Amino acid sequence: MGLLKTFKLGGVHPSENKLSAQVPIEALPIPKKAFVSLGQNLGAPSKPIVKRGDEVKVGQLIAMAGGFIGANIHSPVSGKVFKIDVVLDSSGFRRPAIIINVDGDEWMENIDRTNDIVREIKASPEEIINKVKDAGIVGMGGATFPTQVKLTPPPGKTADTLIINGVECEPYLTADHRVMLERGEELLIGTEILMKALKVTKGFIGIENNKPDAIAHLSMLAKDFKGIEIVPLKVKYPQGGEKQLIKAVVNREVPSGKLPIEVGCVVQNVGTTLAVYEAVQKNKPLFERVVTVTGKGVSKPSNFLVRTGTPISELIEAAGGVPDNTGKVIGGGPMMGKSLLSIDAPVVKGTSGILLMRMDESHRKPEQSCIRCSKCTYVCPMGLEPYLLSRVSKLGNYEMAEKERIMDCIECGSCQYTCPAAIPLLDYLRLGKNKTGQLIRSRNKK
Amino acid sequence: MVSAIILYFVASKFKVYEDPKIDEVEEILPSANCGGCGFPGCRAFAEATVKKAKEEKNLDGLFCPVGGNDVMQKVGETLDLEIEAKDPMIAVIRCNGSHANSPGKVQYEGVSSCSFAHALYTGEGGCQFGCLGLGDCVDACEFDAIHMSDETGLPVVNNKCTACGACVEACPRDIIELRKKGPKEKRIFVSCVNKEKGAVAIKNCSVACIGCGKCEKVCNFDAITITSFLSYIDFEKCVLCRKCVEVCPTNSIWEVNFKPRKPKAEKAPKKEVAEAKPIDLSKGKAAVNSKDDNNDSGADRK
Repeated sequence: MGLLKTFKLGGVHPSENKLSAQVPIEALPIPKKAFVSLGQNLGAPSKPIVKRGDEVKVGQLIAMAGGFIGANIHSPVSGKVFKIDVVLDSSGFRRPAIIINVDGDEWMENIDRTNDIVREIKASPEEIINKVKDAGIVGMGGATFPTQVKLTPPPGKTADTLIINGVECEPYLTADHRVMLERGEELLIGTEILMKALKVTKGFIGIENNKPDAIAHLSMLAKDFKGIEIVPLKVKYPQGGEKQLIKAVVNREVPSGKLPIEVGCVVQNVGTTLAVYEAVQKNKPLFERVVTVTGKGVSKPSNFLVRTGTPISELIEAAGGVPDNTGKVIGGGPMMGKSLLSIDAPVVKGTSGILLMRMDESHRKPEQSCIRCSKCTYVCPMGLEPYLLSRVSKLGNYEMAEKERIMDCIECGSCQYTCPAAIPLLDYLRLGKNKTGQLIRSRNKK
Repeated sequence: MVSAIILYFVASKFKVYEDPKIDEVEEILPSANCGGCGFPGCRAFAEATVKKAKEEKNLDGLFCPVGGNDVMQKVGETLDLEIEAKDPMIAVIRCNGSHANSPGKVQYEGVSSCSFAHALYTGEGGCQFGCLGLGDCVDACEFDAIHMSDETGLPVVNNKCTACGACVEACPRDIIELRKKGPKEKRIFVSCVNKEKGAVAIKNCSVACIGCGKCEKVCNFDAITITSFLSYIDFEKCVLCRKCVEVCPTNSIWEVNFKPRKPKAEKAPKKEVAEAKPIDLSKGKAAVNSKDDNNDSGADRK
């Protein structure tokens, strides 16, 4: 195969621990009560358009996008709206949500529920973008950025390349891997749809080399699709980062502070691409997704097809329950995921995995002094100096932090992962990013 | 030598005239450079006072919280102005979510910074309004007036507080408020900032304000208002009658530096108040000594 492509700068290779890689996707039973959060996307929260007592069907629009950077929300279940109230989200804050008492499983009539694969793309680019917008599709890798915004390049900019992110560089997570294996053809049609919407002729699917079965499967299927190329990549974290993936696949560098469209690239996640296929070809809005439930102590690591709004506790129950010595539960992968405050929080569009860490794995080592080994600088995929940025953030020198490009940090956590002195570098960087962002915003306002 | 002469002439030619009063005022100021007055340092404050005295013949809105009334009187004398004395103020912590009252459900291991934790999660006790206990206020204080209590996990203000307001700024959850010190340092305030429905608030913290409205009803002076399930006592209107403290079902209203009540009048909830008080009483007692000079100087805020 020769030398595999990857990004040049930095990166780490944590143990992969893809425990659930060979477990087929299994549909989870519909919950009795669905808690549909109104803040499932980056940007403005959605506004509910149903009220207490309303009957809703699966796929019915229940909340409108709250702004340009916003997404519609569709009912994941059928039943009666119990109330619109606040529920605990995964970080313990109370957020508005629509609570639906489930009754049966009645879908909207216009959704094609058959398993037939619709190959022919009839919709025009504009229709595709509108359908994506109506279906409330957001980036399902975790950032939950509304997809239609990405598909409409700003004036003066054009895209020439579409990259589908099948990297799944986070350890443990296997949801995208399973989608590539089991829904390969739909995924490729989805890629074609996105290419049509963006009016590009070249599409790449970047897959890390630790998923040889997915690479082989998709490469075989891709023979029938014009312009789609499968790119095997060397295993390296954080290759799933947009900028890293572009560098790895087409060797272009996104300038500091700019978006990928600057170099003519649009990156979409595998889950998102599948959702686009379903929305355009099957009329099915985004209300379910594949979630990996895994961990070394979990008796049955699994990949579930879950309706959004299902409490996370039900997923864990279906994977064999919470093991005795569980130290923490993480939403997302171990590198970038966030520890959950409550497992009663519902699944949202951005939930890619639930990771249960054992007690012995879940505590941080005590912080020691920096030994000036420069490992953090070596691994930073953005070419930053994490030790310096963490110092200036700690001391509150945000002007200097800005000058040292703190806003370019993608919060991948490679620096903290590699630090032999166990300094919480990323924590300081996030703090600094937050404060520097405030500084920049207040300056722009003036 | 030649350059020295040139420099001399240049210096005298471009000399900036400065009112000598600025130096005089600056001498009087405490040189804490804390920014509590709203100016970057004592020099800037001195310049502002002199300018305002010259232009408007008053010093309204200008006040050195650290020096207090004492210093402001002296400044007034220097500038030949009458200065109205202000009531002394102190920072109060409006959260009682101690380890006992709001037991931790999770364990936080991130960096010790409230503003970071605030962006990350609600807090170990689960209250999204309550104190995070990581001491941003302690770091902000230039006067050694605020410390974290190991026992409760909450900050405690001592009598060194000058009401400069640095901690108020530092707290990401707006828990700290500058309130009137009160006669003999007696104060009453609601020690909670939880704006959630009572049933939700009480779930996370046994001493949360549930917004029941009992205090509002019992108050004869219109000092108490309830907005979004949270009671607030206006210290300008409050006459320290303590009726609200008696009726509060969750003990979220605190009385500080009052004499303990007679035991027979005590009902069950008040005992807890008495338990909660010792920290404050000792603080109050320690305060008594320095209070006198404080009252003379009259620490205050604008």
